Amino acid sequence: METEAAKLIGAGLASIALVGAGVGIGTIFGNYLAGALRNPSAAQGQFANLLLGFALAEATGLFGLVVALIILFAF
Amino acid sequence: MTEGAPVASEAVDAHGGEQGLIADPMHQFEIKRQIAIDVFGIDASFTNSSLFMVIAVVAISAFLILSMRGRALVPGRMQSLAELSYEFVANMVRDNVGTAGQRYFPFIFTLFMFVLFCNMLGMIPYTFTVTSHIIVTFALALFIFLAVTVIGFVKHGAHFLKLFVPDGVPVVMLPLLVVIEVLSYLTRPVSLSVRLFANMMAGHTMLKVFGSFVVALGVLGGWAPLAFMVAFTGLEILVAFLQAYVFAILSCIYLSDALHMHD
Repeated sequence: METEAAKLIGAGLASIALVGAGVGIGTIFGNYLAGALRNPSAAQGQFANLLLGFALAEATGLFGLVVALIILFAF
Repeated sequence: MTEGAPVASEAVDAHGGEQGLIADPMHQFEIKRQIAIDVFGIDASFTNSSLFMVIAVVAISAFLILSMRGRALVPGRMQSLAELSYEFVANMVRDNVGTAGQRYFPFIFTLFMFVLFCNMLGMIPYTFTVTSHIIVTFALALFIFLAVTVIGFVKHGAHFLKLFVPDGVPVVMLPLLVVIEVLSYLTRPVSLSVRLFANMMAGHTMLKVFGSFVVALGVLGGWAPLAFMVAFTGLEILVAFLQAYVFAILSCIYLSDALHMHD
C-alpha cells in the first residue's frame, strides 16, 4: 500500500511543473501586452512569436504532466 | 501503433472503465484493432489510429484537390482557404529557412497539414486523436531529426560538427559546452515529439474530466459550466492549430540550422 501512496504523492509532486508553465505564459503575455501598448504599430509583427513562445512555455509544463502520467500508469 | 494500448488498458483497469459517474478520461486513447493483420509475427493490424490517419490524408487530398479544381483568378471561398494554407507555410519556410529551404517546402507543407488535420479531427467528439500517442509523434520527429542530420552532413561534410562548438568561447569552457550542445541536439526529437503528444493528450484528458463535471455542476450553476466547456473547447482548437504550427516551425528552424550552420 505504501508504494501506491508514494506513486500518488510522486505524481502530485510532478504536477508542480505546471506552476512554471503558468509563470512562463504569464510573463510572455504580460511582456507582449506591455510592449504592444508602448509601440502598437510593431505589435502585429510579433504576434507569431507570441504564439510560438506561448506554445513552447506551455509544453515545458506539460513535460511535468507527462512525468506524472508515467508515474501513475507505466510503473 | 499499439504502444499506447497497454497504458490505456491499464488505465481502464485502474478506474473501472466507463462505468461510474465520472467517465475514465484515458479511455478515449485506447487503440482498437479494426482489421487484424499479422506480418511474420509482427502485429501490423489496421487500428482506429490507422483509420484516422487515412481519414486525415484523404481529407487533406480532397480539400486541396477539390478546392483548386476551378483554378479561378479570383478565388472562391474554398480556393481561398487552400491558397491561405499554402501561403502560410510558404511564408514560414521563407522567413525561417530562406530561399535554400524552398526545396523542402513540400515536406514542411505535408507535415503541417497532416499534424493540423490529425489534431483538428481529434476535436470532433467521438473521434480518435492520432497525435495523442507518443509513438506517432516520435516517429515523425525522429524522421525529421535523422533527415536534418543527413542533410547537414551531406551539405557541410565533417564541417557540420562545428555546429556543436559555439563561437567566441574560452577554450577552458569548451569540453563542458560541447557536451551540452551535443545533448541538446540529441534531445530535439524527444522534445519535439513530447511537446505535441503532451499537449494533445493533456488537452483531451482535461476536456473529458471537465466535461464530466458539466452535468454534475449544472444542477447548481445552470448553463454556466456548459459555457465554460465551450470556451475550453475553443482553447483546445487554438492549441490544436498552434501545436501543428509549432511542430512545423521547429522543423524549419532545425532545417535552417543544418543548411546555414550558425550564421
